[in-house]
Amino acid sequence: MSLLLIEKMTHFFGGLRAVHNYDLEINTGQLRGLIGPNGAGKTTIFNLITGIYKPAEGKIFLDDRSIVGLQPHQIASEGIGRTFQNLRLWRHMTVLEHVKMARYSKLTYGLIGAFFGTRKRRKEEAENEEKAYHLLDMLGIRHLADQIVTNLPYGAQRRVEMARALTIDPKILFLDEPTAGMNPEELIEMMEIIRQINKELGLAIFLIEHRMKVVMELCERIQALVFGEVIAEGTPEEIQNNPGVIDAYLGKETVG
Amino acid sequence: METQNSKSPTEKTNVLNTIRNSINKVLNLIRNYFSEVPLLGWFIGTLTAVSLEQLVGRLIALSLGLPKIPVLFGFVTILKHPYLIPSTILYMLVIYILPIVSIARLTVPITNWLAGKLLVLPIFISVIIHLGLLYLIMHLWSGISDYRVLMLRFILIAVIATLSLNVVNGYMGEFSCSHPGFMALGAYGASICTVVLFVDDSMFGPALLPPAIGPFMFPIALIVGGCLASVGAFLVAIPSFRTRGDYLAIVSLAFTFIVKSLIENLEIIGGARGLSSQPNWANLPSIFICAVACVWIINNFVRSTLGKALNAVRDDELAANVMTVNTRRTKMTAFLFAAFWAGVAGGLLAHVLRYVNPGTFGIQKLAEVLAMVYFGGLNSIQGSILGAIGFNILSEALRPLAIYKWIIIPSMLILIMIFRPTGLLAFKEFDVKKIISPKQKQKKEVQNVIASN
Ligand SMILES: Nc1ncnc2c1ncn2[C@@H]1O[C@H](COP(=O)(O)OP(=O)(O)O)[C@@H](O)[C@H]1O
Ligand SMILES: [Mg+2]
Repeated sequence: MSLLLIEKMTHFFGGLRAVHNYDLEINTGQLRGLIGPNGAGKTTIFNLITGIYKPAEGKIFLDDRSIVGLQPHQIASEGIGRTFQNLRLWRHMTVLEHVKMARYSKLTYGLIGAFFGTRKRRKEEAENEEKAYHLLDMLGIRHLADQIVTNLPYGAQRRVEMARALTIDPKILFLDEPTAGMNPEELIEMMEIIRQINKELGLAIFLIEHRMKVVMELCERIQALVFGEVIAEGTPEEIQNNPGVIDAYLGKETVG
Repeated sequence: METQNSKSPTEKTNVLNTIRNSINKVLNLIRNYFSEVPLLGWFIGTLTAVSLEQLVGRLIALSLGLPKIPVLFGFVTILKHPYLIPSTILYMLVIYILPIVSIARLTVPITNWLAGKLLVLPIFISVIIHLGLLYLIMHLWSGISDYRVLMLRFILIAVIATLSLNVVNGYMGEFSCSHPGFMALGAYGASICTVVLFVDDSMFGPALLPPAIGPFMFPIALIVGGCLASVGAFLVAIPSFRTRGDYLAIVSLAFTFIVKSLIENLEIIGGARGLSSQPNWANLPSIFICAVACVWIINNFVRSTLGKALNAVRDDELAANVMTVNTRRTKMTAFLFAAFWAGVAGGLLAHVLRYVNPGTFGIQKLAEVLAMVYFGGLNSIQGSILGAIGFNILSEALRPLAIYKWIIIPSMLILIMIFRPTGLLAFKEFDVKKIISPKQKQKKEVQNVIASN
């Protein structure tokens, strides 16, 4: 049984075929990579799986349950956490509030609890906070808990997004270019965090990455996407040596 | 040429900067001097002041040459009779400022000790004591004249209306124009309940229930009005929250007009002539209780994770959705919840005025509530309270200026929008425990930190 199974997923933006016949199978604990030049459709694949867009064709199963057509918040509650390529944080909220918010669907105190501050609410919020601090510790940003996110440096903001995605207790974590815009030092720290999440939490991770070095070092299997189609799939070595990939992706990079 | 041009502006800014710096210095000195005063201290100071006014206010006013006690901090007197400005200022100094400031400052050790002791008890006891003091202050202050009582009742109702609009326009970041409509529904809903059931009147015939139990049923009438407003909100929400965009502003504005013309055409409830003879149940204590309940419940809501979801929806709806927040339900419930309180405010207003007609709930009301929200500050309880108090006092104080009032108030609003686009006290947490806690001087805190290191 696979954790995430995608069959023949296709999507169009107007006349543009952004994703075509996309297949994917991820098992628990795997660390998978998706590479491809800009505009290849990588982010679109994330958006399709997480319910932001509904695929024109194809099937998506999470733990053997179809999630096509569900609302994004339902899919997230089913166990898919994600980050965004261009950070999407809530600019007036603190780091702690960000992390607590992602447990929204697990709160059971309801409106009565929210309006009247019942004991149940206090208990759940306290648990929520404890969990949040635990994750902040893990990502090394506990000391920033009460800061408004917009005051934070870029690297810290990326960590907040990751802590937030982890709060929903996902079965699989989607990371959309988590090292974009980072300096070499931050890059190494981020890779360490990704490895740690994968190993310590046993969490499956699906990683979009622009920098070859990062995917090659982290991932066990990689897909290469060009114009919405997978042109190669395999281990880092296989991908590195695939003539199609070199042509479409690596070749370009050496030229540019 | 060039050097001259570039020099004079910098000189100007230098002068401006020194002025600004010295103002800041003075403000900081004052702030530091009073930073140790807990809320309890301010309450006791104010209590002394209002008691003093009760006892000798009249005497002092007359001996200063004032015709009577200045009812609204002397604003009206000053504008009507400018030659009384010195006496009015003197009166304010002697009766209010000096007693409040000196007692608040002198009692610092006692009040801090007391506030600390109170915090040992369950927090609600301390809160109730503070609220009791606040009510006592309002009671004594308004004992001077009925005008002050009326003023306080309007202000407290305005607090409810402003807060409820802040939930939508501030916390949720939508722009709703339907509050007059909700208030109208609440006003008519509550009025119909009370008038039909408890009053012998020409429109609905004799009372159906003994008027004696009426005051106890008043909360239920208000709740009925609030629920009616929520039903209205549901009708607005269905088309507005289906997709993103600026639909709400337009749909909600239309709603306000529809409610108004609907009531105008419903002859059975008085039509354009309005509805009168509401019983006089919205007195100061009952409105005070409603306002406290409103602040308490709304503050509970916006500080819970369920309520913070409104902020997440406002700042990035898609991210909220992807982080498991049911954004549509969040927006719906918040909107209905806000409408409920607007309805309660409307019901109270109807029972203060004891007469409502559809014209009460038009564009002018909308402008007022919006002004109070944006003046006080978005996403902030204390902002809405400040907005409601400030706007009402300002609008009463400027009454002698007649038509110019409507030039001054909008200009002030524009100035605030330019210099503080989110309002005076925006984006603040209303942490009751922090507010009623004993206070320490800031410098001492720093020293403590250094010492502990
Ligand atoms: N919402 C959208 N509407 C129209 N076109 C889109 C939309 N999102 C992405 N695209 C297009 O789809 C293609 C794939 O985009 P994307 O998935 O963001 O690429 P990648 O993440 O691989 O850089 C691009 O050509 C992009 O312009
Ligand atoms: Mg992308």
